Amino acid sequence: MSNNRISNVSRRDFLQGGVGLTLAFVLPELVSAAAGPGKAGVVSQALPAFEPNAFLRIGADSSVTVISKHLEMGQGTYTGLATLVAEELDADWGAVRVEGAPADAKRYNNLLWGPAQGTGGSTAMANCWIQMRTAGATARAMLITAAAGRWNVPAREITINAGRIIHSGNNLSGSFGDFAQEAAKQAVPVDVSLKDPSQFVLIGKTARRKDSFEKINGKAMFTQDIHLPDMLTAVVLHPPRFGAKLVSFDAKKTKAIKGVVAVVQIPQGVAVLAKDTWTAKKGRDALIANWDESNAFKLGSDEIMTRYQALAKTPGAVAKQTGDVQASLTGAVKVIDASFDFPYLAHAAMEPMNCIVQYNNGLCEVWNGEQLHTGDQYALAGLFGIKPEQVRINMLYAGGSFGRRASKDSDYVLEAAHIAKAYGANVPVKLVWLREDDMRAGYYRPMFHHKLQAAIDDQGRLVAWKHRLVGQSIMKGSGFESAFVKDGIDAISVEGAVSLPYKIPNFLVELHTPTDIPVPVLWWRSVGSSHTAYSTEVFFDQVASALNKDPVAFRLELLSEHPRHAAVLKLAAERAGWSAPLSASAFGERRGRGVALHESFNSIVAQIAEVTVRADGSVKVDRVVCAVDCGVAINPDNIRSQMEGGVGFALSSVLYGEITLKEGRVEQGNFDTYLPLRINDMPRVEVHIVKSDAAPTGIGEPGVPPVAPAVANAVAQATGKRVTRLPIRPADLKA
Amino acid sequence: MLKLNVNGQKKTVDVAPDTPLLWVLRDTLSLTGTKYGCGQALCGACTVHLDGQAVRSCVLPVSVAVGKKVTTIEAVDAQKIGKAVQAAWQAIDVVQCGYCQSGQVMSAVALLSANRNPTDADIDAAMAGNVCRCATYQRIRAAIHDAAKALS
Repeated sequence: MSNNRISNVSRRDFLQGGVGLTLAFVLPELVSAAAGPGKAGVVSQALPAFEPNAFLRIGADSSVTVISKHLEMGQGTYTGLATLVAEELDADWGAVRVEGAPADAKRYNNLLWGPAQGTGGSTAMANCWIQMRTAGATARAMLITAAAGRWNVPAREITINAGRIIHSGNNLSGSFGDFAQEAAKQAVPVDVSLKDPSQFVLIGKTARRKDSFEKINGKAMFTQDIHLPDMLTAVVLHPPRFGAKLVSFDAKKTKAIKGVVAVVQIPQGVAVLAKDTWTAKKGRDALIANWDESNAFKLGSDEIMTRYQALAKTPGAVAKQTGDVQASLTGAVKVIDASFDFPYLAHAAMEPMNCIVQYNNGLCEVWNGEQLHTGDQYALAGLFGIKPEQVRINMLYAGGSFGRRASKDSDYVLEAAHIAKAYGANVPVKLVWLREDDMRAGYYRPMFHHKLQAAIDDQGRLVAWKHRLVGQSIMKGSGFESAFVKDGIDAISVEGAVSLPYKIPNFLVELHTPTDIPVPVLWWRSVGSSHTAYSTEVFFDQVASALNKDPVAFRLELLSEHPRHAAVLKLAAERAGWSAPLSASAFGERRGRGVALHESFNSIVAQIAEVTVRADGSVKVDRVVCAVDCGVAINPDNIRSQMEGGVGFALSSVLYGEITLKEGRVEQGNFDTYLPLRINDMPRVEVHIVKSDAAPTGIGEPGVPPVAPAVANAVAQATGKRVTRLPIRPADLKA
Repeated sequence: MLKLNVNGQKKTVDVAPDTPLLWVLRDTLSLTGTKYGCGQALCGACTVHLDGQAVRSCVLPVSVAVGKKVTTIEAVDAQKIGKAVQAAWQAIDVVQCGYCQSGQVMSAVALLSANRNPTDADIDAAMAGNVCRCATYQRIRAAIHDAAKALS
């Protein structure tokens, strides 16, 4: 029993207060289980002096440790969550550090996901906005009560400024550490008040990232960097096609390699375990395997798309319907048509998937850049026949994810666990996917085909919009199906398409969900909006062009019911100099400027792209001006950073990225065939943030969707050609 | 047994001579700041200095490093330029996920060692081998200019 336990009557009241703050008993084992980048749960630390709740520890040395229930994968969450706590605590920002929370959905669930812990859908700030501030304010109140008691002054006369507790009347001051022990003994207040925004000293300013230095001196710990005593590293031979089955394998050559420890068969293939990664790879490469591919998937991307295009000619399940689209189309003066093709996309995070699993006598311990704690706990518990709470997860930094580490099927996590189970000895097993394993494993952004029609009436008005989508469902067959798939519509297949902000009286969105394609698909940064923003915003420009209207003016005309969208669009247009002519192009080159507007994860982003199309048809994006409304700007510089990154990430898929299948085999394997954006392709990105007092919304993903349509609309202005297939094919745009 | 000089320290390693330097650094010497990203010199996450030159350690057989000085991210702050680059990176929060940044910093230090006043075009040419999927490129450019200024 620790003397840091908080146990009093008001604790129970507080839990019932409905503010979402979970107060936790501070048990030593929970403290040591709180693992995070840099310590990986293997180092037990000294008990804190004061742990008022599950999100905060204050040390006798005045250190302030914020416990992040969310994964830091680059999006700035550790810094953002710490900002919220530190703001209300009035902590010294320099004394604040951040640590990853253990897997425990009772304390660390995502408030927007009900009882599950995890990071995704750009929800971290949105679900923590009140919770983490309350955590800070509660601790602040307890520190003040402690100081009031010792100084024998009224609590209301005490202030805290950058970590100093002050009573100016009596000229008294102290540090958090001075009062931590006494604060821990105070009753937990039940109704702390949060600051008025006018009092903010950190929120809305630029608190520097907490993970900067350790990420440039080699000290930050990713899953790939964990070395544990007796740990073995596993590299796996996977099937050559989706659905191929292992018949037999010959490991004679593999076992002859010095350092290879074991070869085990698992449902995912054959794993070679060795003392180091290179030996495991050499061992894997030396395996000879026979596969039964009779039931494997053997279609190519072209054949899949041909099927999708055929399906798009038939009515699909209705996702959204207003008015009578068919009648409007029939009575139209003009009907405008378009269709768009989208490829599979790999996440290709810089850190290929990996995971460490150790199983011993009813306890499964995991080291992972963990994005779906609760789902992975259940999956592992199922495999080992234990309870989910017997799965302990150490959350490391993730070297990117873009959705990939939130595996709906726990695929790579289970693969690591299968190896550990098959090997049997009680040692940690680190599964390492090489780049090619990562790229060929599936879980792609699904291929999609979109078909759109618009009706113009005799007064030149856009009166009907018909949008039909064809693509695999991400949610179907997953544990999330019941929450997301209703009446045959996977909500994330059509997100962004069903919520167009434009006032169009007759509106229809239909969906076909092919179920005979076994290629695993997954959310990819911005999910459905990664394709719906493109088709809707490029088609909207096509309609504007047919009506001879300016793309910005035409959007504003139809945004009368969405003032926030209109404000974002106006801001972008103004800062981009939309009304001024674009600077001239060099000889042989064509320049253009395009706009796109899209709401995703409750944030609204408008982007204006300026491009140069060279004589050979290759496209250079010169400048992207972004305007964003994401509610309160908790950290404006991080918002800029996420917009810049979102632009660059999206441009990879606009200019280069596609995963293609040939006879069922994935054709790409590494960065020479799946080309990422490099620094020489990075445009100048300017970010403008709409001032807002609304609760914060997503920022990790919303910068992605408008990029591709803004660029395509700019290309259309430059060349007169609409890009209907991504990525852009320079051959289509030759002068 | 191979004798190496890593970050100014003499190391003796018992590995096959064709093992890429990357894995010797990471798995044998526990210098995990140098990252694996592609294994084919396509992404630059594994960039280290060999006698001051930026090299991709994922394709460099460890035997090639014998008799040469290997510098990794863990020791880059021993040089004035390394310190300046780290300071510039921190001042404007270049990093996002951070996985590629060791390699970015090593490439930037090599660039500034050869060219104290690089243009945007120089930066693009020198840094194009380092992929960042978070696309922190705009800040990388700015930080290299800032470091160059601080060093002048």
